[in-house]
Amino acid sequence: MTTPAPLLPSAHAKDGALYLDNAATSWPKPPGVAQAMSYFLDEVGANPGRSGHRMSIEAARIVYAAREAVAALFGAPDPLRVIFGLNITDGLNLALHGLLKPGDHVITSSMEHNAVMRPLNDLQQRGVVYTRVACQADGTLYPALVEQAIRPNTRLIVLNQASNVCGTLLPVREVGRIARQKGLLYLVDTAQSAGVIPVDLEKDSIDLLAFTGHKSLYGPMGTGGLVIGPRVDPSELFTLRQGGTGSRSEREVQPDFCPDRFESGTPNAVGLAGLLAALKWLQAQGVAQIQTHKEALCAALLEGLVNIPGVIVYGPRDASRQTATVGFNIQGVEPSEVGLRLDEEHNILCRVGLHCAPAAHQTLGTFPGGCVRFSLGTFNTLADVRQAVAAVRELAGEAK
Amino acid sequence: MSVEYAVILVDSTSHALHIEKLLGSRGLACKLIPVPRHLGSDCGVCVRILKQDVQTIQTLLSEQKIVFQSIEGL
Repeated sequence: MTTPAPLLPSAHAKDGALYLDNAATSWPKPPGVAQAMSYFLDEVGANPGRSGHRMSIEAARIVYAAREAVAALFGAPDPLRVIFGLNITDGLNLALHGLLKPGDHVITSSMEHNAVMRPLNDLQQRGVVYTRVACQADGTLYPALVEQAIRPNTRLIVLNQASNVCGTLLPVREVGRIARQKGLLYLVDTAQSAGVIPVDLEKDSIDLLAFTGHKSLYGPMGTGGLVIGPRVDPSELFTLRQGGTGSRSEREVQPDFCPDRFESGTPNAVGLAGLLAALKWLQAQGVAQIQTHKEALCAALLEGLVNIPGVIVYGPRDASRQTATVGFNIQGVEPSEVGLRLDEEHNILCRVGLHCAPAAHQTLGTFPGGCVRFSLGTFNTLADVRQAVAAVRELAGEAK
Repeated sequence: MSVEYAVILVDSTSHALHIEKLLGSRGLACKLIPVPRHLGSDCGVCVRILKQDVQTIQTLLSEQKIVFQSIEGL
């Protein structure tokens, strides 16, 4: 008798609610993630890298394995340059505040999240200047416009790889080529792309890669950070977080080597144990296979939504040019009302509003009203998509 | 005859784990232990290896461009 294959986790909660908010955080998590975290707490437990005993070394081994798994995913040559922090916002802040000095010029796009725009606007108060290159109404960016924005004092290009509002994929590789040719540093925000499409430090010419563990890497919240490429000298990157690292304890100055320079204090080792399990699962599945599955779901969702009278879908509306995140509105109905009725009447959970990205909404023409966002995960099915489309059709029909 | 050891002193636990993994993949015996007090004031760990492997490991580390502080006899 053969053992039946384990069932994939369902994207329906115990009360039946359908979860379509994976761009905020993925749910459910793959098999093994919760168990790895529970194992860490119950069996490993000790502080990684702080003591020389067996339990501490085992904890450090798990954190190091997570570092290696992140490096492997992004084609990073040195796992010690994978810096773990609170989340991707933390990684972006380290890159932007750590690198930029008064007089520096930065180029970014009009599809950025506030995780980039808020640090940039703060830095602007201190003498850093930025240019926001305008994207098209579907979020598309022309790389030539980025090249035209380069000035003699341009130091960095920072780009969001995929929009968190409407899924538009930005031309990361093409812009990377421009950055490399012009000798500029290149920071990429992979919040919505890591684990969704292949991202590679070398092939994409990325110098600083900010990542999150809890979205499409399928790990727990509180994991993420920054991968530092070989062209960046860590000693030139300032960090606000200084303190105990478990290394060079005789010295009262911050170490200059990675990852210790940027990782003071006890890390979220429990979360990283979960992230490691998630990355092993992701590697076994293959990003390409997940991409194929989600592209098919996205195509079905787009086809369903664009054919409903009174529904406006934002972004490329082409599953090959976007992630499985779809922004839309029902004419004449506030997004907040759509969200509430999807939750209460149709048992569908999604995000509505401005999604922490006012610039992107201005680009798409949805500011300040915002939009409704369905974001699919790898555990969603075609049946889930049909349920979502039927619910929107019903709400749009009632709105007439 | 008792086994003779040496230790590789490193910057951090992450560096020690990096080396542990490399040596393990080449079938070279090693163990992470606290840094002996007479070799450093650090609170971290170092990589204990067999004295007979020192030459091989030194060559391997330099080939692989692995950063370490020094190799000391015990």
